[in-house]
This record gives sequence, structure tokens and C-alpha cells, in this order.
Amino acid sequence: MKLDLSDTKKIIQQYRNKKGVLIPLLQDIQAVYGYVPKEAIDLIAKELSFYPVEIYGVLTFYTQFYLNPRGEHIIKVCQGTACHVMGGKEILDYLSDKLGISEGETTKDGVFSLERVACLGCCGMAPVVKIDNDFYGRCTVGELDELVKKYKSKKVR
Amino acid sequence: METKILICMGTSGISAGAEDVARIFEQELKHHKLADKCKIIKTGDRGLFRDVLVDIISPELGRIVYEYIKSEDVSKIVESHLLRGEPVGELQAKGDYEQFFSSQMRIVLSNCGEIDPEDIDDYIAHSGYQTLKNLFGRTGDKVIEEVKNSGLKGRGGAGFLTGLKWHFAKIAESDEKYVICNADEGDPGAFMDRSVLEGDPHSVIEGMIIAGYAIGASAGYIYCRAEYPLAIKRLNKAILQARERTYLGKNIQNSNFSFDINIKEGAGAFVCGEETALIASIEGRRGMPKPRPPFPAQEGLWGKPTLINNVETFANVRHIIAKGAEWFSGIGSENSKGTKVFALAGKVKNTGLVEVPMGTTIRQLIYGPGGGMVNKNIGFKGVQIGGPSGGCLPESLLDTPIDFESITKTGAIMGSGGMVVMDKLTCMVDIAKFFLNFTVAESCGKCVPCRVGLKRMLEVLEDITEGKGRQEHIKFLQEMSVTIKDTALCGLGNTAPNPVLTTMRYFLDEYKIHIAEKACPSHVCLELLKFEVINDKCAKCGKCFGVCPVGAIDWKKKEYAKINKEKCIKCKACINACPFMAIE
Repeated sequence: MKLDLSDTKKIIQQYRNKKGVLIPLLQDIQAVYGYVPKEAIDLIAKELSFYPVEIYGVLTFYTQFYLNPRGEHIIKVCQGTACHVMGGKEILDYLSDKLGISEGETTKDGVFSLERVACLGCCGMAPVVKIDNDFYGRCTVGELDELVKKYKSKKVR
Repeated sequence: METKILICMGTSGISAGAEDVARIFEQELKHHKLADKCKIIKTGDRGLFRDVLVDIISPELGRIVYEYIKSEDVSKIVESHLLRGEPVGELQAKGDYEQFFSSQMRIVLSNCGEIDPEDIDDYIAHSGYQTLKNLFGRTGDKVIEEVKNSGLKGRGGAGFLTGLKWHFAKIAESDEKYVICNADEGDPGAFMDRSVLEGDPHSVIEGMIIAGYAIGASAGYIYCRAEYPLAIKRLNKAILQARERTYLGKNIQNSNFSFDINIKEGAGAFVCGEETALIASIEGRRGMPKPRPPFPAQEGLWGKPTLINNVETFANVRHIIAKGAEWFSGIGSENSKGTKVFALAGKVKNTGLVEVPMGTTIRQLIYGPGGGMVNKNIGFKGVQIGGPSGGCLPESLLDTPIDFESITKTGAIMGSGGMVVMDKLTCMVDIAKFFLNFTVAESCGKCVPCRVGLKRMLEVLEDITEGKGRQEHIKFLQEMSVTIKDTALCGLGNTAPNPVLTTMRYFLDEYKIHIAEKACPSHVCLELLKFEVINDKCAKCGKCFGVCPVGAIDWKKKEYAKINKEKCIKCKACINACPFMAIE
């Protein structure tokens, strides 16, 4: 199936003739597609006179950008200092086992992506798990099964 | 005077259900026809993690604080407190709350948890933008003089004199200059900037405008982490409101000074907290640092003179200009003036944001506002200060005063203010490995010492924690640390060995035990654990039984727990839950 690039074209228009636009532009693209598709990169390069390698350079430098589609629900497990001390690593390992994927991967059915995040800035509620836009503080390994089940049946995007 | 209901709605409050609580308050007030007499104020987080905090301030009863409020508690509070004038005793904040706040001195945080960050009028009612209004009678040089004399040092970590930085940006000649607020709070374990931006965004904006006026800049950027969506939302709203009231934009308050601010969202790179990397990122490139000089004050964003300060630094500015350098320099210790906000987390009773005068000791912080250790049986082992660039300090250094000089002497750094308390269940080799894991992942790859050297150090630490440590590893780690500190290009690399150096300096025994005995005395390093209950230490409480997610623990009342190794998935839930360190 061919990717619909009409949104990409609209976004490019907004950033034409401005300086320092690459990062916000790519953020907007990712907000539409959930990742930055190759077709969009080629189009940006052509329209705004970038070398594709400049765009890839930026995309691969920042952890926020994704080059492949992600799951329907994004589970982020905080691995900040406080979360680490309070057992965040165990939470990540348990979820990785439970979902059968490593961090950075997506389940085969496309429902969950599992990611580590360096710090969510909620250290007072450590250990913290963020699923989509919901925060879960003071998590224990025992609660995780229930949490995964809750999101499995929930459709968002 | 109407009754005010304050509901803490920062990221933490919202995650604990503050939005539901606020909604039900609104319904209940309407239902009881109290909506005209009571005003709900949705504030940022006050700094203490008590799920949802609700304050009711009325002329009759003064201020009553409720903690851990759930939506089902609301009708009770409305009926008892608001209708009958009887506070609900069992929901009121306990002694911990008082202890947490009473020993603080709140300047930067004075509005956090007190005002509605999305309402500029509330900020103005709390003397907001007053400093700015009175500013234009003074010259920029006078303003810089005041900041210099106050002794304010940058709160982002390095502790450079703010007034001097402003001076350098002022004397640089250019048709255009920029002011940047560094809100790329990437240190794991730090959240003061997030809370200030969520709870009092205008104070940062006001500080930036004052800086812009002082150095002669007309444009500003706030570079904020994308991981802080609520902070970005509130900043955007605050900027729009400030423009409407002509605190931002052309001819601010009918003066001939113009200044405007835009937000740049970071994209997830720790190194972008470094000034030159941050500038590269705003310019839309990979955030890689470059050698200084030239410093940003001479040649920064788009090659123009640029002043970069941290969120907390800017939030201090309006107070200094309003109350004077003398007032500010009267607070704190001899060489570090004012207060510092710390993000207190880890194994202490009260976790949250604490603002204390410089010179307060670490012990006063942990046992005062922090309320001491969560579990007295397990007890204190160390405190991590300054994030990945900082270090771990042992009990013998707890009386170190918190100021830039004293902390630096210990081998840690003040950093941005993360303070994570660790108990005896924290392995110091594992912590060193944890931070190196982080810095290796975040190294931009430009210079060899950081890119390759840190990776080699991490591999050695992995070996030690997996029972493959060798005697010579200790010497290797020491030598490599010094080399990287001396030769890396930027602050990230220069300071990255600090967690290793400080843990080796203060907790060398732990390294030695890992290497010689292939054991982890803190029961953390997975490959060195046996998953066995030590009956001598087991109190037969059954806590491990309760938390095991796979039913691998056999336990009955008044009997020792036993781990069934065939079922055990080594998730360590039992080890973390045991109050007696009885599982090895």
C-alpha cells in the first residue's frame, strides 16, 4: 500500500523558508504517522534542499524519533536513578518476559511497544511506568499483569 | 473573602487522579449551590508526593490541608468542611507534612502549589511581573550589577557566576543577541525544573525578560525536554497570556524594549544540556558539543552572542531584582548564596522537592524534610548527588554542607539538584554501572575518550557484577577515569567517571567483595544471587510470599519462607520486599 503523503506536504509548507526547522518538522511528521517514514524523509530532502543523510543524522541522534511503526500502546519503563534504586530494572525485565520482547521492540500483534526512558521526572513516585499518556507510580511486579491486561483490550489509535 | 480550594495538579498529582478529584469538586459545589462562594484553583505540584493534595482556605477555618484524596472522599469534605464547618480529621495531612515544609525556605518554589499556573492574574496577584514593571527606570548595567552583587551562581550544575555570564553577553557587540533558558533537565533523578515550569511558568519567563533587557537581547528560547508535555503546555499558555498583557512582544509595557520568547522542544538527548550542544539542537542539527572558546556569550545561537541559564537560575532573578542583592547574599553560605532546590528521592520517607538555604547539611536535608529512611532495619548506605556527573557519598560525609565548594571537595558535584538516598539494599558497583550505562548511551560519539573509554569502563563493571571481576580491574577503572576526565571534549565526558571514582573512593570494599568472593553484599547483582532464604534473618512475616508474581514462595504463618527454585523467575520482587534482607 502506498503511503499517503498529503500531511507531509502540508507540514513541509509550514516550515518553508524558516531556519532551524528540521527537528520540529520531524516531530510534526512523527505526530501524524507515529514514526518517520522513509518516503517522508525523501520528500523533505527534495522540497527543503537537505541531503537525506542530514535528516537521517538527526533522526538517529535523538531517542525520540522512530524509523519504524510502533505498537498501539507504548509502555515506557523509567530507568532513572530513583526508579533504579526502587526496582525499575526488575519492572522492565518482568514486562520484557511477559510480553516476549526486548526493550525497543514491538509485539508481533502490534499491540505493545516496550521502551526504557532515562527519566520521566517523577522520581518521588518511583518506580514509574508510563503507558501511552498515563503514569503509574510506585509500581510493583505484582501489578503488571493486571496493567497489561487493561491496555490489551483498550483501542486508542 | 471567598473560600479557596487548591488542588495540586502537576504531573504527579494528575497521575494520582487529581483531574477526577477536581471534576467531582466542581459537581459537588454546583450540587450544593456553593459554586459562587468557593473557588477551585488548580495549582502545580507543591513538591511533596502525597498523591492528590487538597487545601481549603476559608476565613472561618484558615488553611486546612488534606492528603491522599481520592474522588470518593470529595463529597465528605464538601459536606463536612464546607457545609458544616467541620474539617474531616482523618483525611488531614499528618505530622510528616509539617516536617517536610517547616524546615524549608521557599523562594524559587514560593508559588508552586499555591497559584494557578495557567492564570496570569493569579501570578500577578502574587507580585508577579512587578519586578519587570519597575525595571525600565534602571540601565541594563545596573541590573547586571545587582545580579553580580547577589552572588547568584548558575543552578544548572557548574555553578558559574550568573552576573558575570550576563556581563560577558552584555559587552559582546552584535546587532542581535539571544537569551536561552535551558530546561533540558536530563539528569535521571532530577525534577525541580519540571515542577517550576509546571507550577510557576511566569516566574521563569519574567526572569528571561529581565535578562533580555539587561544584556540587550530581543529574542529568547526555552529549550524544554519533550518528556515534559505538561510543562510545555503550560509554558505555551503562559507565553500567550504574557503577550496579551504586553509583558512580551513589541514595546513591553509601553517601553521601548521589545522581547519575545519561543519554545523549542528537545528530542531526547542528554548531551543537549551542554550549552554548545543545546545551541546545535535549536539550530536543527545533531546535538554535538564543540570546543569552547568561543563561549556562547561571544558566539552562540546562529553565531550571535547568547546567554544560557537554567530554569532555577531564571526563577531566582525577579526576587533578586525586587528585594536587592544584599537580601539575597544574606542567605546561604560564604561562597554559595541563596537557596537550592533539591529533588529528594529514593529510600527516604518523604520524597519531593525541597528548597533550603545553601550551607544546609546533607543530614539536615535527609532527616529534616526527608523524614529519615523508609526502613530503619535496612538503614542508610549512601546518597547520590548530581546525577551521572555526580557521586555517591557515604554516611561519614553526611554533615557536609551543601554548597558548590564543599560538594566539589567530596568528588561529587552540586549538579542540578538530584539527590537520591540509598539504603543497604543498593549495590554501589551496580550504581556505578547504572550511571555508565546511561552516559555510554548518551555519549554523542564525537570524542574518543568518551565514546570508547566509557564503553571499556562499562564492560569491566559488567564483568565485576557478573562474577567475572579480576584484581587488576580496580587499577584499570581508576586510570581510565582520570584519562577520560582530563581529555574528553565536554562536560558530559569530563564528569562521567565521577560515579565510578566516588564509589571506589568510599565503597571500595564492595568492589573487592564482588571480585574476590563473587558475591554482592547488597543482594542486587543478579548473577551473584542464590535466591535462598536465610532462616537466621527471616522473621516469618510472609511479605515475600505476598509479592511473588509466580507463586514460587512457600510460606505459612509462623514458618520460614522457602523459595521454589523451579518456579522462580528471578524477578527479585521478594528481595526488594523483604524488610530484613533475609533473601540472598
